[in-house]
Formats: sequence, C-alpha cells, structure tokens
Amino acid sequence: MMASSYSAKEEDGHHSGPAGLGAATRTRKPDNTAFKQQRLPAWQPILTAGTVLPAFFIIGLIFIPIGIGLYVTSNNINEFEIDYTGTDMSSPCFNCSQNFSWNSTTPCKCVLSFYLDQPFESNVFMYYGLSNFYQNHRRYVKSRDDSQLNGDERSLKEPSKECEPYRTNENKPIAPCGAIANSMFNDTLDLFYINPSGSKTQIPLNKKGIAWSTDKRVKFRNPGGSNPNLTAVFKDTAKPVNWHKPVYELDSEADNNGFINEDFIVWMRTAALPTFRKLYRIIQKNNNMTPTLPRGNYSLEVTYNYPVRSFEGRKRVILSTISWMGGKNPFLGIAYMTVGSICFFLGVVLLFIHHKYGNRNNSSDIAS
Amino acid sequence: MFRKRPPPEEERRLRANDREYNEKFQYASNCIMTSKYNIITFLPVNLFEQFQEVANTYFLFLLILQLIPQISSLSWFTTIVPLVLVLSITAVKDATDDYFRHKSDNQVNNRQSQVLIGGILQKEKWMNVRVGDIIKLENNQFVAADLLLLSSSEPHSLCYIETAELDGETNMKVRQSLSVTSELGDPNNLAQFDGEVVCEPPNNKLDRFCGTLYWKDCKYPLSNQNMLLRGCVLRNTESCYGLVIFAGPDTKLMQNSGRTKFKRTSIDRLMNTLVLWIFGFLVCMGVILAIGNAVWEKEVGALFQSFLPWDPPVDNFLFSAFLSFWSYVIILNTVVPISLYVSVEVIRLGHSYFINWDRRMFCSRSNTAAEARTTTLNEELGQVEYIFSDKTGTLTQNIMTFNKCSINGRAYGEVMDILGAQKKRVQPLDFSAWNPLADRDFCFYDQSLLEAVMVGEPAVHEFFRVLSLCHTVMSEEKKEGVLVYKAQSPDEGALVTAARNFGFVFRSRTPGTVTTQELGKAVTYTLLAILDFNNIRKRMSVIVRNPAGRIRLYCKGADTVLFERLHSCSHELMNITSDHLNEYAADGLRTLAVAYRDLSEEQWEAWAERFNGADKATDCRDDRLSAAYEEIEQDMMLLGATAVEDKLQDGVPETIAVLSLANIKVWVLTGDKQETAVNIGYSCKMLTDDMTEIFIVNGHTVQSVREELRKSRERMLESARTRDGGKEVEAQGWGGACAFGNGCGAGGASNWVSNESKCSPPQAPPSSFLESISGEFALIISGHSLAHALEADMEREFLETACACRAVICCRVTPLQKALVVELVKRHKKAVTLAIGDGANDVSMIKTAHIGVGISGQEGIQAVLASDYSFSQFRFLQRLLLVHGRWSYLRMCRFLCYFFYKNFAFTMVHFWFGFFCGFSAQTVYDQYFITLYNIVYTSLPVLAMGLFDQDVPEQRSLEYPKLYEPGQLNLLFNKREFFICIAQGIYTSVVLFFIPYGVLSHATQSNGVPLADYQTFAVTTATALVIVVSVQIALDTGYWTAINHFFIWGSLGTYFTILFAMHSSILFNIFPKQFHFLGSAHNTLGQPVVWLTIALATVICIAPVLAFRFLKLDLKPQLSDTVRYTQLVLQKKQKPCGRVGRGVGGAGVASGSALGRLGRGGSRRSGYAFAHQEGFGELITSGKNMRMSSLALASFASRHSSNWIDTLRRKKHANSTGMQNTPPTGEDSAASSQAPPLSTSSSPAGKAGQACYEYVLTHSPDDIALSVIRSPEREVGEYSTGTVQEAPFVWKGTGARINGASSPGPPPIAEETSSGE
Repeated sequence: MMASSYSAKEEDGHHSGPAGLGAATRTRKPDNTAFKQQRLPAWQPILTAGTVLPAFFIIGLIFIPIGIGLYVTSNNINEFEIDYTGTDMSSPCFNCSQNFSWNSTTPCKCVLSFYLDQPFESNVFMYYGLSNFYQNHRRYVKSRDDSQLNGDERSLKEPSKECEPYRTNENKPIAPCGAIANSMFNDTLDLFYINPSGSKTQIPLNKKGIAWSTDKRVKFRNPGGSNPNLTAVFKDTAKPVNWHKPVYELDSEADNNGFINEDFIVWMRTAALPTFRKLYRIIQKNNNMTPTLPRGNYSLEVTYNYPVRSFEGRKRVILSTISWMGGKNPFLGIAYMTVGSICFFLGVVLLFIHHKYGNRNNSSDIAS
Repeated sequence: MFRKRPPPEEERRLRANDREYNEKFQYASNCIMTSKYNIITFLPVNLFEQFQEVANTYFLFLLILQLIPQISSLSWFTTIVPLVLVLSITAVKDATDDYFRHKSDNQVNNRQSQVLIGGILQKEKWMNVRVGDIIKLENNQFVAADLLLLSSSEPHSLCYIETAELDGETNMKVRQSLSVTSELGDPNNLAQFDGEVVCEPPNNKLDRFCGTLYWKDCKYPLSNQNMLLRGCVLRNTESCYGLVIFAGPDTKLMQNSGRTKFKRTSIDRLMNTLVLWIFGFLVCMGVILAIGNAVWEKEVGALFQSFLPWDPPVDNFLFSAFLSFWSYVIILNTVVPISLYVSVEVIRLGHSYFINWDRRMFCSRSNTAAEARTTTLNEELGQVEYIFSDKTGTLTQNIMTFNKCSINGRAYGEVMDILGAQKKRVQPLDFSAWNPLADRDFCFYDQSLLEAVMVGEPAVHEFFRVLSLCHTVMSEEKKEGVLVYKAQSPDEGALVTAARNFGFVFRSRTPGTVTTQELGKAVTYTLLAILDFNNIRKRMSVIVRNPAGRIRLYCKGADTVLFERLHSCSHELMNITSDHLNEYAADGLRTLAVAYRDLSEEQWEAWAERFNGADKATDCRDDRLSAAYEEIEQDMMLLGATAVEDKLQDGVPETIAVLSLANIKVWVLTGDKQETAVNIGYSCKMLTDDMTEIFIVNGHTVQSVREELRKSRERMLESARTRDGGKEVEAQGWGGACAFGNGCGAGGASNWVSNESKCSPPQAPPSSFLESISGEFALIISGHSLAHALEADMEREFLETACACRAVICCRVTPLQKALVVELVKRHKKAVTLAIGDGANDVSMIKTAHIGVGISGQEGIQAVLASDYSFSQFRFLQRLLLVHGRWSYLRMCRFLCYFFYKNFAFTMVHFWFGFFCGFSAQTVYDQYFITLYNIVYTSLPVLAMGLFDQDVPEQRSLEYPKLYEPGQLNLLFNKREFFICIAQGIYTSVVLFFIPYGVLSHATQSNGVPLADYQTFAVTTATALVIVVSVQIALDTGYWTAINHFFIWGSLGTYFTILFAMHSSILFNIFPKQFHFLGSAHNTLGQPVVWLTIALATVICIAPVLAFRFLKLDLKPQLSDTVRYTQLVLQKKQKPCGRVGRGVGGAGVASGSALGRLGRGGSRRSGYAFAHQEGFGELITSGKNMRMSSLALASFASRHSSNWIDTLRRKKHANSTGMQNTPPTGEDSAASSQAPPLSTSSSPAGKAGQACYEYVLTHSPDDIALSVIRSPEREVGEYSTGTVQEAPFVWKGTGARINGASSPGPPPIAEETSSGE
C-alpha cells in the first residue's frame, strides 16, 4: 500500500535549480548548494534481511574455521610449567623460600626435577612466571625514569621524582631508579637434561633476543654513549636497594650489560596483569634432527634470590614452543569457535523469525 | 556591571533647564551601555561568567585534583586541553558579540540631538543629554530619551509617533502636550521654563506614566499621553520640544530590554538530569573502587610493601582508599566529557544554520530567509504538540483585497470561478489606460464591472460613490496624480481603492469637504456629518451635500444591521443581494452592504439640530448620539454589497492540514471578532463542515462559561457513544471517570465534579479519555469567557475540553490572555508548545511558549525580536517542524545515545581493570589516548551524524506527517533509551576488557615475547575500542554522505597515524619520559593474535546490537523504517517515467480544489468586520489631524532602520542587523516561484509523482498570475493604493500601505519605491 505513494525520483530541488540561478545578486536567498540544502548525495544503508542474515552466516562461516585452526595450532604447541615457589614443605625450594633475606650473600640453591613426556621440537622458550605480583599498580608503573634508562646523563645524576622512594640511596642517585627496577627478578635458572644414563647435560640457554628490539636498540641506552667502561660511567650512582650487584655487573658481555641488559629490559616492560610471565631464555633448535628438548628427565637448578612469599606470590618456570600465532592459547580458538557458532545459530534463528513473523510482506510485493 | 547601583529611586524629581539642581539626584545620563566587557575586564569577567557554568567548574575542579601527585591518575593535560579549547571558543564568541555591541552603542551614543542650553539650541551627542534638558526633535528623528512633550509645531500641540521599535505596533499614535506648555512655543520661552516634574521612578511599563508638573504654583497631572518614549520615531510632526525625564538606562526602552529568559529544551533538562545521575554513578563507582582499594591495600598491598611501598603521606589503607576515590573520579570522569556540551552546541548551531540556509523557507517577496535566532532549541522543534497561532498577519496576510461585489442584484468579480482555473491567465483589468489616478497594484478581473461603469449604470456609479465618500481614509498627494491612502483598517483601504480604480477617486478632504474625481471630473462634496462606526452600530454613514446641493446619506455596514434599516422597496433587491452575500460568506469573504438615503433639506436641518443637541450634551452623550444616528439611518436604499477577501497567506490550509495530521494541535488566538475568526478558521480548514460539532463558548459569567464547557463535554461523550456503539468506550469512560473523579476530588478543583456522584456516567472523564474520542470537535471561546475559563478553578475543565477538540479558536483575547493560555497548556499538558505571531500583541505568548516563532517582514520587529525563530510565511512552519525539527530531534537523540554509549564503553574499562591492578587507578590506556579519544578519535563521526543524519528524505516527512510522532512522544531519547545506551556501553567495556584479558594473558608474540605487557594490552584495548565505536557509529549512521565517510574513515586513519607517531622513536628521542610507549604500536599491531582479538571483540560487541536492531526492524518497524525501506526498494527499481503524466493529470484536480472554497450555508454568514476603532470620524471633522495630509510623506519611504535596537535586543545574533533593508528586486520574485512550498498534500495516501504534482498544486493560482503581472515593464513602487486580487505576493506591501494612514509599510516595502525600475 505504501508503494503507490512513492515516487522513485527525488524531485527535490530539481525544478528549483534554474530559476534560482536567475535571482538577483542582492537577494538574501540562501545558496542552492547540496550542502546547505541538506541534499548531499548519500548512501542510506538499511538493515534488511538481505544484508543482516548473510552477515551473520558469513561471520559464522569465517569464525568457525578460524577457531578450529587456532585451536588445533594451539594444541600442537608443547608447553610445560613448573612451580618452584617452595611454599610446600615437600618442595625442594621450601628452605630457600623460608630463609630469605635481602641481605644474604650466600645464594640459596634448589633443584627441581621434572619429566617431559613429549619432545619439544622447535625452538623452546623459557619463561619465568610470577603470580599475584602487581606490576600494573599505578604507583609501580610510574616509578621509573625513562630518561635515565635512555642514557641521559642528567637523569642519571638527578633521577625523576617519580622514582621515590627509590630515587637516592645514601645521597647517591640510584641507577636504575624506581620501584620497578628495584624489584627486578633475579633468580637464576639453569636447565639440565638428565640422560638416561644419569649424567646431566646443561642445556644452552640463549639470553639474547628476549627483549623487544625497539627497547633494546632505542629505549634503553647506557649513559656515556659508547664508553665501554660502565663502571666509570655509573661511578657516582648507587645500586638499587634490593640488588645484589650494581647495574654494570649484570652481565659480562658489554652489549648486554648496564641498562641494555636484556633481562633488565624484559623486567622493565611491566605486565598488564598481576599474573604474568616473562621471557627468560631461548633454547635454540639444534641443526640436527633431534628435538630441542627430547622426551625425558630434566632438572631445573634455581638460584633462589627472589622473595615472593611475603605477598603470597608464586614463581613458575614455563617451557614452551610457539607457532605462527605465538604460544599456547586455547582461549582464542575456543572463543572464535563459540562466537562463530553463536553467530551462525543467530542467523538461523533470525531467518526463522523473519520468515515466520517478518513484517515486510507489504514491501516484498513491491520488490517482486 | 560593577558600577555601584544607587539605591532605588522612590520618585523622580527634576527641574527643567536646571542641570545643577538635577545633578543632586545623580540620575543616569543618556549614555547607554549594553556591552558587558572592555579590554581590561574581558578576561576576568568572561572567565568568571564561564565558570558559573557547572560543567566548566567541574572540569576546573578535576584539573586541580589532577595537580595533586598522590591522586593524579592522569596527566593534567588530559583535562586542560579540552577545557582550554572550550573556554577559548566561548570567549571568542563572547568577544565578537561584545564588539558588535560596543559598536552599536557607540553609534547610538554619538547620535546628534539638539539640546536647549542657555536658551540656544546646541548640537549635542545623545550620551551628553541630561535629565531635565529640553531637546528639540524633528520629523523622522528617533526620540533620544523619555521626554515630556512640551510643545510641538502642530495644531493643538499634537505630535505623532510611531512606536514600532517599542511595542511593534506600526500604527501611529498621537501625543499631546499639556495646554500650559504648548503655549511656550519658541526656544526663548522654553529656556525660561522652570517647571518641576515629580514622577514615578523608572520602570518598564510602556503604557503607563504618572507624574505631576509643578509650574507657576500650579499642579498639572501628567500621563502617558504626554510622553514621548525613547525608541519611538517622530512622524508627521515638523518639530517638537520635550523635557528629558528618563535618560539612558532609565528609559522605558532600556528597562524593557532585559535579558530574555533563557529557554531550555526538554532534552537539555533531561540531559542535565542524566548528567547528574551519571555523576552519582561516578561517585558510586568511585566508592566501590575505593573500598576495593582499601581491602586490597590491607590484604595485599600491605604485604607487597617490600616491592611497592606506600607514597609518603599514605600510612594506612584507609587513607590510600580515600586518595584512590579521587583518583578514580579523575579517570572515570570521561563518562561525561566536556566535549558533550561543546558537541551539543556545535550540532545545534549546525542545525540552526541549516534552517537559515533553507531555500524553501526563504521568501523572495520580502527577501527574508528563515532565521534561527536562538540556536539552542532546535531539537525541541521536533517535539511540538501545540501550536498557538495569531491570526492577523500570521495566518492571514493582513491584506484586504476587494474581491467581488454585488450591485443592484448583479454579482461581479466571479470570473474565475465561472470559467475555471485556466482563465486565471487572464490579465487583470488595466485601469491606468483611462484612469490616470488608478492604483497599479489593484487587480480585478471582471471586465463586466468596468463596462458597467463605462456605460454609466447609475447604481454602479452610486455604489462606487458611496465607497469613495463613506470612509475615514486620509489621502496624501505629494505629487500630482500620485495618491496614497492611509486607512485605519485595511478593509476600508481596499474599498476606497476599489472605488478609485473604477473611476471614483477620493482625492482629498478637509474637515468640511470631500473632494473626489468622478470619472475624470473633480467634484467637491460638503461633508455634513460623519456618523461614526462603533462595534454596536456595525455601520458608518456620511451625510454629504453634492455640488448640486442635494443631500444624501451614504451608509455601509454589516448586512444584518443594514438590512433592518432598508426602505421597503429595497426588499426584492435585498433578497438577491442576500444570496450573493451568502455566497461570499461561504467563500470566507468579509462582506458589507452599501446603501444610501436621500435627505431633504428639512429633514437634514431637523436632524442636524437634534444631532447638535446630542453632541453637546454632557450626560449620556454617546447614547444620545447613537439614538440620533439611528434616527437618520432609516429607509435606506440598498445599493449592493462588497466582498473583501482577508487574504490567507499562501499554503495556510495545507500547512494546517499537514500539521494536524502530524498530531499537532493548532489553536488560534486572535484579537479579532468571533465571526472573523471563525471565518478564517473555515478558510484555513481548521474548521470543516464534516466536523462533528463546533462548540461556542461565549458566556459572560463564571456560571455560564462553566455550563457551556460542561455541555460541550457531554456532547462529545454522547456523540462518541452513539458512534462507537458504546461498549468499549463506555467501559473505558466509566473507568476513566472514576479515576478522574478521585483525582479531581482530591484536588477539589471544580464544582461539577463534586456535584456529580463519583462514578456517574462519564460526565467527568479524564482528559486522556476525552482526547481519545475520535470525534471532530472544535471549540470557539471568546476573550471574556476565557477570562473566566482561565481562573484557577476552571482552567482544568477548560483545558480538558479544549484539548479534546481538534481545533480551538480563542477570539477577542488580550496579549496577556494569549500568554496565559500558552502557560496553561505548558503547565498541565507537559507538552511542547510553539507560539507563532507577528505583532507586538504576540510577544507575550512567544516568550511564554517553549518555542516562539515570529513572522518577519510584516508588522514591525517586536515579535521577531522576541522570537526564537523567524520567517516570513506561516507555511514555512510545516517545514520548520516536520523537516528541520524532526531531523534535529532525531539527530540530537542519536547523537546523545551514541555519545553516552561511546564514553561508557571507553571509561568503564578502567573500572574492570581496577580489579586487576589493585584498585590503584591505573588507566588501561595511554594518557594521550585518553586525551584524544573524545576530541579527536571519536568526535567527528558522531558530529557528522548529529549534523547530517537523515532517516527519511525531507519530502517524506511532509508526506507522512505521522513521522513526527516519535518526537512528541519523546521516544527517541528518554530515560529508558539512555539506560539501554549505558547498558550497551557497559557491555562493550566488559567485552573490550575481558576479551583482550583472556587472549593476551597467555599469548605470546610469534617471537616468543609475551603479549601481556601493559603497553601491548593498552594498545590492543584502545584499538579495539576505536574500531568497535567506529563500527557502531557506522551502524548508527543512516545517511552516509561524503563527509560521514571522510570523518569515519578519517578518524580511524587519524587514530592509527597518531598511534604510530606517538610510538615512534623520533618523539621518544625528544621526550623520552612523555612518549614511553615507544614501539608498542609496531610490536602489537604486527601480531596476528592482536588482530584476531580485535576482530573477536568487535564481533562480540556488534553482533547482538545488529541482531537486536534487525529484530526490531523486522518485527516492529517504525513508520520511518518502513518509509525508508520502501524508498530503498523504489530506488532500486526506479521508474521515473509514466509518473509525469499522472502528476499533471492530478494537478488540475488539485488546483481546482485548492481554489474552491468550501461552500457553506449561511450559518456563518459574515458580518462586515470593521477592524478599526471608532472615534476616527470625530478626529476628521474636528480637523485635528488634517495636518497629516499636507505633510511631506517622504518620511514613509525613508524610514530609518533602527539597527542599533536590533543589535541591542538580539543578544546573540549581533551579525544580522538590518535584515529587512535590502529591497527586493524585480527579478527575484521570479526566483521565488521556484521554491515551492513543499508538498502540502493533506492526503498522504495515493499520491504519486510529487514532482509535478506538488509544483502545480502549490502554484496553480499564484504562479500564473505572477508571470503575468511581473512583466518587465511593470512599474514597481508607486505610492498607489490598491488591492490585489489573486496574486497575493503582488503586493503584500500594498495592504500594508493601505493602512498606512496609521502605519507606514514595513521597511522592505517602503524602500521599494526607491528601487523601482
């Protein structure tokens, strides 16, 4: 019934055009532009069954395969996780965790052994994970001086106020200052393969390439430019309170020492959530055909320096391989499959509703 | 503004010519200052004013909070950037406004006036005029201050003023000085004048003044009659002297130009409520998070101290929680961002511009475009339910055209109706060929009448002789042959002009004579008596002696009155004429019968004696006079009848039809008589024959009014019952009646409710029930009844009755009553009201209504100045409401919905994150993102939607007036919609936080580096947010113009550009601390997982919305959806041809029906409505105003526009002064024709091919006439009088000039003379 009352042609403005041009110049008549007359050509989309329903089906049809793909990929990834906090009496690290003091000079060591029931084929990434550690706390996040970390001499001498209360120690500026740096994770983890014969083989852990390349190249720089003598550069600074050794002794290699130490850089990239993991080492795949980490027994030697018991934190070590889409992540695959299915289902339901109750009968006969 | 205000005056005391004495009182000088600032005070004062806005203060408060390091969860610039932006934009606007005020102030203050100082007239600037000075005014000068008129150059010390600037009335007013002072005459005497005036303190009452003049030990009372007020213009008076009583800010003009009340829209109020709720919500969230913080700090934070000690002042978890509360207030404040207010203003401004730019609301005749004078009310235009309209000048053009006549039983002027519409192409008669004095603007089409004159039919001659003699019109003849009539009422002007064109030219008059030119021969009649008009007599007569010495009485008057006084031999003619009169009345014409009577010398003398006796009588003079009149006006011979058309404005009936289809109720409030009002009601189709019943309430007492109202309600119910067969309605009625009875009983409002038993048959149904009755009723109520109906105890009754009617006409109402009626509806119906009017008497209702519309270019500027919108044609109202208003409302609602949605989606993520970051008020996003989100990333797309969105094209909203309904019912944005938006926003925020949380907490980059670092998370969430809200706005946008595309894609593009720029190493190297997100964008957005996350989040956010909207559209489509859909379908299969023919075919029919007025029986036979007051005849015979005719009339042409007053009063629109001054040019009326009033079809169904159809329909009568008349040779702008037939635009001006005796035409017309080709 609506159809008959419609003109397809937009009569709007058509006949007003030529006469309007003849108007005298002094007239106040508004300009006859599409903009001013609100006649801008426009695309006027409408949610019709013809667009919405296919959209749902298409989303469903795209999402479900992606989800399956992601899920399968994720399932093919090997991941092994071991908690070494030592809260349990039975844990090898129990003693270390109990007898912790910041000032102890003798490192406490503990050894955990575990068994990998599947070989890890490609490169293996070794993470340490912390729980209940609020790296995302506002006061924590801001407690750093990026200028100092960028090698700015002035900030080295005069760290930012944000670093309080880890700004100075005994009248010397702390380098690196701030709560983040101060609480840097300093456990040492070594991994040994226990040969079937019983002998241990240390697995080489690559400590480079674990930080963002931009961080390593641009964001973090040692002060003093290319001066290799970091000891001299950091002469007038104090080490962070909780650290055992100053920043220029973090590593023996010059390109991984001082502020550009990758472990340090990794730590300084604060986590978004209180439970997080950070890349610790990379186990490069050998060239030969043997898996990076064959099935078998391993032992993890921990130099237990980092206290988490006080705030009920947990420490973990994670070994994982990765795929094109990163590490093990079943959530994404499941989510995709679920959403895809729901969309598809919704499409079906809407189609049904549309057919049964749809209110467009009147217009469908126009279309026909 | 900071000037110390002297204590309020008790009384004013001043002495003429004694500055020393007057200085004691420290009266304000005549210098006015409407500007608010000067260069030094601008910044502090303006800032002070701006911070009186709650929003601004709130943001300032936030800014201060952010400066406290322990609280600051955001950098200070996230607030200060938008705040400074907003403040400076407003400041610039204020500064420009004030600059223009300064300019106009200066111009006014520096005007010259002649002041009598030390006995000599000296030129002084206006601002140097002091109270007590005597100043001299000359013709056409503005009155510089409120003056006591001392003397004038005119006889009787009369003085004519025009008060258009003051009260908008364009008729001239007479002021007279006291007789004692009038003798002072020349400057020397005046310099000696030392009278002392004691009077009331300054006030704003324009029509009242009381004071006393003490002079030479005598007291003389002073009244408003002696005063010349500032703002008036002296007219027709060579010069006059006045004593300054009030100066500058004390003048009544300035006292009246107080700041007009700031109107707010309902959306505004809703928005403010919602913002308050949101603040409440904000505080709640703050409290929740603060409690969380307390718990966390106690349970976890305290243990975590070895890694993260508390900031120094914090020593316990409670204090930390307290600080955390404020921190959260800061980061969550973006739920109501400052950009909300700015964006709303911008959108409204944009809509106002669209109104200003609309060519279809441009009137080429008066060369005025529509103007949105208030920029803040646009969306309310989409919600109007009641329109209160003035009649004269609003519905009608206030132009009377001599249309038809019946002479000696023969009807003339019918030509068009007989020969059909096609014959309209016939040229109007050309009078100038044989009658050099003819008014060129007069149009008459019936050749036969002219022939009758030529042939010399005595009745026809006598008929026109009556018209040329029996009136109170004054003529001006500055140049030989150029006559200008100044009539009291436009009717009279029309009649005299008609006579003039038919060869009976009224040329001049003296108190005792009338000179006419009868068919080229000058004849002077001796005017023996004028038997003046009054409302009871409804007729006027003159008694003249012609050169041959015969005495005749000529009479014209309402037929009903006149027919009773006819000689018996006229009865046959009377019957024929009566038939004609019925026809005319049915056409909505104002009729009047014309008769004469021969008097013998004896009769005359006898009567003259009695008349003189009555005239000189001291007691009951009026009664005795009318008795004397009665005596002589007997046994008259009928000549015929005239029919004058009170021309409706173009498209009025169509507009009213469309508006009422849109469920808008139109009430006409007019000062006119009932008959006239009803007549107009019929001709503009408010009242129709098929109406069930028309109730007329005309009672003079409380009881009778109450009774009449009650009866009409009963009748309504009865008719409803009979029609609907009872059952359902009955049941409802009973229920409703009970409910109402209770409610009303509680209020104790009215007798009739309490008198009836509570559940008696529905005598007292609730208004909603009454309104649901489908009958078509109309209510006509007169002013004196209205006075009772508006009493507190009856107003509800009145309202209910009136609201149940489709049409309400209130006649004979005062301006105050107009306002009261509007106020009543406003108060009780909770509906949006709109008042439209053109004159000063409409100002009160224009100011009272939610929206005031002024018709510009008609009767002065008062109404326009008080209005919120102005345009020059009533019919533009449909476009203003149905197109602009509807769109504005739609856009504003969509804008608000989306705006709240996007900010909740944005902000609430912080809330969820709070649970994972120890309630530390850590933000999820980069602070730059927070700063830029509202002002850069998401502002423009929603602004574009708010400005350009259209659901259906404009023609459709006029075709389907029902589309207007959602606005009236407030469906598009209300609390429910708001909560839906909020819920959607919160849902989105949940998705936006927890999806990245779920994915990223375990994910790693493809090189093994975990993705769960803060910066990656921030970038992922922010990107997902920007994409989701962009998709959402894409979904919300119904009208994708190039600008929308540009803004939406541009916003996304800008986001990514800025993101990468901010995270680039270049910026980092310059400011390492500020841009520490180095590389995040690159690292994050390079990861497929991140994109998969974003896509997932987007789908989860949008899919439910999509499904929901689809279902709504599919199952419960709104009318607009259907229209839109159908439009789409039709667009796809365009069938442009074949419709044209159909359209043309329809056009003939349409134009025919547009022409033909409803034929009706004599039930509403109209009496002649003498629009003028009585007493003018006396003025003529006394010769008091004879001066006028001799005066140079140039004044009328060169009326000064008073720009400064415009500027002064239009606080906001300083730029648009002198609007009406550009003369229309000949050609542009041609241009005007192409802007057809949009579809005015009142029947939405079955209408195809609008293009041609509408064009012809709306143009059929006028266009054609236009093309004929507007030939290039046509000479425009002689000062000729005349009425126009069938070509209303040629010239509205004439009508205005006809009544020019009392009022010069509006500026554009006046100026037209000079611009004539």
